[in-house]
Amino acid sequence: MSDNFAVEGLEQPTAKMEISDEVMIQIAGMHKWYGQFHVLKDINLTVNKGERIVVCGPSGSGKSTMIRCINRLEEHQQGQIIVEGTELTGDLKHIEIIRRDVGMVFQHFNLFPHLTVLDNLTLAPIWVRKTPREEAEEIAMKLLERVKIPEQAKKFPGQLSGGQQQRVAIARSLCMNPKIMLFDEPTSALDPEMIKEVLDVMIELAKEGMTMLVVTHEMGFAKTVANRVIFMDGGEIIEQNEPQEFFNNPQHGRTKLFLSQILAH
Amino acid sequence: MSTVETKAHAPGEHPDWTPPATEIGVRGWLYHNLFSSWPNSILTVASAALLAWILLNVLPWLFFDAYWSGDDRSACPAPGEREGACWVYIKVWFKQLMYGRYPDEMLWRINSAYVLLAGGLIPLLVPVVPERLVSAPARWRKIVGGLMVAGIVLSVLTGAPSWFGAIFFWAALAMFVGYGALLAVGYPVIAVLLFLVDVPLHPHLPADSIGWALFLAALVALQGLMAFADRIWPRFSYKPALGLMLLIVFPLVCLYLFAGGSLGLKSVETPLWGGLFLTLVIALTGIVASLPLGVVLALGRRSNMPVVKAVCVVFIELWRGVPLITVLFMASVMFPLFMPEGVNFDKLIRALLGVMFFASAYMAEVVRGGLQAIPKGQYEAADALGLSYWKSMGLVILPQALKIVIPGIVNTFIGLFKDTTLVLIIGLFDFLGMAQAVSTNPDWLGFYVEGYVFVAFGFWVFCFGMSRYSIYLEDKLQTGHR
Repeated sequence: MSDNFAVEGLEQPTAKMEISDEVMIQIAGMHKWYGQFHVLKDINLTVNKGERIVVCGPSGSGKSTMIRCINRLEEHQQGQIIVEGTELTGDLKHIEIIRRDVGMVFQHFNLFPHLTVLDNLTLAPIWVRKTPREEAEEIAMKLLERVKIPEQAKKFPGQLSGGQQQRVAIARSLCMNPKIMLFDEPTSALDPEMIKEVLDVMIELAKEGMTMLVVTHEMGFAKTVANRVIFMDGGEIIEQNEPQEFFNNPQHGRTKLFLSQILAH
Repeated sequence: MSTVETKAHAPGEHPDWTPPATEIGVRGWLYHNLFSSWPNSILTVASAALLAWILLNVLPWLFFDAYWSGDDRSACPAPGEREGACWVYIKVWFKQLMYGRYPDEMLWRINSAYVLLAGGLIPLLVPVVPERLVSAPARWRKIVGGLMVAGIVLSVLTGAPSWFGAIFFWAALAMFVGYGALLAVGYPVIAVLLFLVDVPLHPHLPADSIGWALFLAALVALQGLMAFADRIWPRFSYKPALGLMLLIVFPLVCLYLFAGGSLGLKSVETPLWGGLFLTLVIALTGIVASLPLGVVLALGRRSNMPVVKAVCVVFIELWRGVPLITVLFMASVMFPLFMPEGVNFDKLIRALLGVMFFASAYMAEVVRGGLQAIPKGQYEAADALGLSYWKSMGLVILPQALKIVIPGIVNTFIGLFKDTTLVLIIGLFDFLGMAQAVSTNPDWLGFYVEGYVFVAFGFWVFCFGMSRYSIYLEDKLQTGHR
């Protein structure tokens, strides 16, 4: 059964990935509305340092909205979100502190098209962290080597392929030296041939012990990298479990239906 | 299957062939652009005929039958008795058309400002000058600095500043602009040429010489500042500094030079200002002020803060809803009525403020269009990286938004440039106003067509220049996305 989930040729994580007891994110009784529409209902979630959590579910289930609440791209109306001991409120200072430590990768990359790849990477370190330019560029080049595209540093994002752009976007987030990485459907806008190169980078990141929350439909990735899979539907967390248990022995009827549908082809 | 057998090459082995002759070269171009179909061919021939007819009728009047030589009224026959244009008319009134009634012996002030502006703008607008020529070598700076001081001393000692002094001034400007060796030689050459065609670049009036010496001294000081700035402040960068200087120092220098009345310069009342000079003063003030004001208003209009938003909306809609003529009338007639006794602003300043606010309201809406074209993801990415509001606007959103609306911005600039002619209505004689004024001279009645053609050509040169520059800028800023 397990082979069914693996993406062909996907690198298997070898190093043992440690999870510590230190709590990175604590979400308690969180609700969110868009006008009359109740998008998120009573979300409770604790993420420990080094955890790799995959969030899945049908579209419109609120999974993107949930992780976007963690760095306040979306505002929650009720409940509590505490990231690394700082509570998210309307206080701009708190938001600023949290955003420095939480990196985010988007479905459509959202690179800055008017800047070169290198400038995309160094923008935030220079202007937010006040890193000297030379140092920021040195770090940026190291990260570009890590995502295996140092030769593209002087190009503009529009000249890169989708997979390369997404790897630049990951490197851009890493430049801020984040403690948590949020991935919002990072491979959904990519051609099948490019998905693997992005997933490989994410697996590398997981091996290095990064705390990751990943919204994705890549079940192979969930199977091999995640230590917990969360299933959402209708704005609620329906079920969460270790990947082995989640895929082989889903508890909830809705989960079973979802899994049977995405695994049908 | 037969298709496999008829293939000339094995699958995947097909070489690149050259395209058919109708696709490339002169023939391809002619075919695609002029004769691609029967209706197009007819249109091509018809437009060529029309163009030829226009040129055959206009060119003789403009050039072949025109009167070029002579310096007074006797050079041209009376209107109705001549076939061609009388350009002697423009020659005779050139000074008025360019400078209005600004006193002859003080024209060096305006010319100096022009050259200062050109010298500052060229390195900013045309970034093709190689880096190594941009910053002058220290040796050159020392030599030219020395020549400058010698020139000033010589000029002041001899009483009447000589054209030596003017050349030193240009050399200094070259250093100030920082072109280095190449144009440090080029500027004095240009200065000599301008001198030969009698464009004054130094005062002929003893009363102005102290002011001129101060002006030169200020240039030396600025040059020194630019030369050693990177030692004092390691992050000093030449081009932004030059831009800042043009935006902040240059207007102050202009005010000092044009208005006079302080530090060794004789005062020149604004009613004497006129011609193309006045047009440029009004248009450049409007252009330079409207962009930053417009950006602030556009951001304010999209603000989440209700008070800021309301203020911006009211400001924009108020100024945009009123014709410029009304604004100018209000500025010149109504405004003084609201002022307390004894408080009186110059009429030109009131007109400038009116034009400024009017233009910035238009600019705000152009910029807002650009802001709305930026995908939400860009705002989110900037937010997620922890950039503050102003940083994300300044570094991420505005550079992209302004780039998108370059055509709209330049459109507004061009509109503003031509709208400045409306100041005639409040008694300011700009380029067009001056042409109209000189056409009423009893000796030169009936030559107004030449005047208007000349003014139209002048406006066209500036507007077309702006248009071409905007296209150049769009190409340059194209980074291959979309």
